[in-house]
Amino acid sequence: MALLMALPIGLVFGAGIAVSGMANPAKVLNFFDVAGDWDPSLALVMGGALAVTFLGYRLVLRRPAPVFDLRFHLPQGREIDAPLVGGSALFGIGWGLSGFCPGGAIPAIGLIRPEPLVFTATMIAGIGMAKAVQGWVAARSVLSAGDRQGA
Amino acid sequence: MTEFTPVQSLLGGALIGLSAVLLMAFHGRIAGMTGILAGAFAPGAGRGWRLAFLAGAVAAPLLLMWPVGIKIDFASPVPLGLTALSGLLVGIGVSYGGGCTSGHGVCGMARLSARSIVATLSFMLATGLTVYATRHLLAGG
Repeated sequence: MALLMALPIGLVFGAGIAVSGMANPAKVLNFFDVAGDWDPSLALVMGGALAVTFLGYRLVLRRPAPVFDLRFHLPQGREIDAPLVGGSALFGIGWGLSGFCPGGAIPAIGLIRPEPLVFTATMIAGIGMAKAVQGWVAARSVLSAGDRQGA
Repeated sequence: MTEFTPVQSLLGGALIGLSAVLLMAFHGRIAGMTGILAGAFAPGAGRGWRLAFLAGAVAAPLLLMWPVGIKIDFASPVPLGLTALSGLLVGIGVSYGGGCTSGHGVCGMARLSARSIVATLSFMLATGLTVYATRHLLAGG
């Protein structure tokens, strides 16, 4: 049942991306090219999405729990740190090179073009590399904490 | 050159927002593509709904183009190698940044999360600077 619902919710997401122009890297790049062929459309994508989500979340999060889960899973982090700012900046550099962001590229796969597939493949490789490094760093800090306790 | 499309972009944006609200209402989850992708490839109980969401997201443009007959513009104006490099940078960046345009830019900003507001400012600024650098400084335009 839960799976049956996630599919149409994904369809609505993909339709929104496709209709809005977010699946078109040329349009995305032109939004950021304020000094050149500026296309302000994406400000309206962001504005429309934010307005609906802002109001909708306020209604939904008043409920005790979601339909298919015991609780709402909301990010609890509060820290504004270097990985947040630096990681986001690296994401922005990548986004500016091609015009693809994750939410734009995945629905763009449905347009049957090579570029979204290539982008998605290397993006998943990047996520895998980052997770591997993060896991290795976390394991090392646990080990070194263990060493200090042992000594 | 792409045309300003205020109606389609506002409507599409509203659909993205609707999807985020529905995912929270039914699954209690943030509609962030980074988290959904990473979770879909990690072992665990939450893979099913994530894969279903991804399947829906990929199917949507196909359905819009073929049975519905809506034209969806697509143009990738940079070499394929640059797109490949960009994917790698985006994958690493969103993993450390903890989200992308959908997770931080829409869902997090709608929750007025300070982390998401800072992340969104950071990536929007970096994207703008990168586009300026590649189109106007390096290309000599």
